[in-house]
Amino acid sequence: MRSLLVFGTNNRRWQAVCRPGFMKAGKNLVHQYRNNGYNIVLDVNSGSVHVVDDIVYDIIAMYEDHSREQIVGELSGKYQVSEINEAIDEVAELVSDGSLFAEDVYEDFIMDFKKRKTVVKALCLHIAHDCNLACKYCFAEEGEYHGRRALMSYEVGKQALDFLIANSGSRRNLEVDFFGGEPLMNWDVVERLVEYGREQEKIHDKNFRFTLTTNGVLLNDEIMQFCNREMANVVLSVDGRKQVHDMMRPFRNGRGSYDLIMPKFRKFAESRKQTRYYVRGTFTHYNTDFSNDVISLADEGFEQISIEPVVAPADAPYAIREEDLPVLMEEYDKLSKEIVKRNREGRHFNFFHFMIDLEGGPCVAKRLSGCGSGTEYLAVTPWGDLYPCHQFVGQEKFIMGNVWDGVTRSDIRDEFKLCNVYAKPKCRECFARYYCSGGCAANSWNFHHSITDAYDIGCELMRKRVECAIMIKAAQAEDEDPSVLREDVQP
Amino acid sequence: MKHIKSLKTRSMKKSMVKGGCGECQTSCQSACKTSCTVGNQSCENENR
Repeated sequence: MRSLLVFGTNNRRWQAVCRPGFMKAGKNLVHQYRNNGYNIVLDVNSGSVHVVDDIVYDIIAMYEDHSREQIVGELSGKYQVSEINEAIDEVAELVSDGSLFAEDVYEDFIMDFKKRKTVVKALCLHIAHDCNLACKYCFAEEGEYHGRRALMSYEVGKQALDFLIANSGSRRNLEVDFFGGEPLMNWDVVERLVEYGREQEKIHDKNFRFTLTTNGVLLNDEIMQFCNREMANVVLSVDGRKQVHDMMRPFRNGRGSYDLIMPKFRKFAESRKQTRYYVRGTFTHYNTDFSNDVISLADEGFEQISIEPVVAPADAPYAIREEDLPVLMEEYDKLSKEIVKRNREGRHFNFFHFMIDLEGGPCVAKRLSGCGSGTEYLAVTPWGDLYPCHQFVGQEKFIMGNVWDGVTRSDIRDEFKLCNVYAKPKCRECFARYYCSGGCAANSWNFHHSITDAYDIGCELMRKRVECAIMIKAAQAEDEDPSVLREDVQP
Repeated sequence: MKHIKSLKTRSMKKSMVKGGCGECQTSCQSACKTSCTVGNQSCENENR
């Protein structure tokens, strides 16, 4: 990279900076966008985020393939030449220190990554293939997962925990999610497995993180108390506004479930001091104005909220369609602006898909390995069969083994192990690849019959969410340090 | 800098050195169950 020595007027030192127009050409090295009045620049390969003024925003768009003279020539009608040169120097400094137009050095790292030995560290236990609701979008076909109704026996669950411990290598933190169907329909087994897990963690120096997902129908005080002692997280399924929820999540007799579950969920959330839980809903083609469902839950007093797009076959009437995308993008924008506003008013709530830890986010190894399905994360059916994740359960070509024999289909495991952003052509061109990590393998399979493709609608939504999440951080940074650039917007 | 405010971020390149301990939560274990959300997570390695 060609450098030039310039004298920094701020620090009064000579420093090497990188000249404009001499960059290695590359696609999506930098993603810049405007959102809620902020000019945001994301450097994809370093993970750096810069909030910039209009001059720098215009310069960065031209920096890779224009010389300084060309940039000045193009912009001198809009800005003062001295300001343009000053801004170019600042951009060049960022390039020099590796936080702008950083090179992709991870593709070499991926060779070692592919040879990694994988362990199993997380199981999704299908405690029940049965359910007491009849949710219209259920990928598990009302809990049955394309098959017969069943409850997991204690013996199968115990064997699953033994399998996990035996195959976890040196990993100490092990995760077990009680899922279904509806796990509260088999609550006795859940309690006994937690007890067993607690005994075993002392013997094997492991730390179990148990979690539970429930529709809330069978929730009672005793279960809440047990969960508050033993469950690191609980996921409480509710879709938002009553009319939305009751339409998609009725009992089998057609009656809505909202009025029954909401008081219980409110009580549960308060008993956990508004932390270590999520109320978790699903939006569909029927409620593309989903920000109203998020706000509805926030106004009910919930502080940990997740509302996520439905995953459905393309021909399902409730499936999200391409023509829904413009509305959904606006909804994410509307929601993120509202969150910034409420943060400033002291009425904070957390929206899961806008969570981002810029200072302490995952390492590159994690960003490359993705969700861990088929390798470190497996699903277990009531009969003890192993699948790459809960979404694949019922599709028998994906059976990987069982909890007695272990993983017998190492070919399936290898396929998932090699699935990463560099193996997915669409990811190579995407600025969000290190946040999304290649997305959901099941989505890719359902829509493209390949786990190395990507569910395109999901990708559009993911990119939007990353942009919104970073904007919220920019707003927080501005509130913490009022000397930032935007004089026109008051906190 | 006058024209740029850089947010504090973890260096991805540096995380190649100490990263990979695997102790962080598996993404689907959090809320989602339908969308891979690695980017929503935090690192749990205190020695990073």
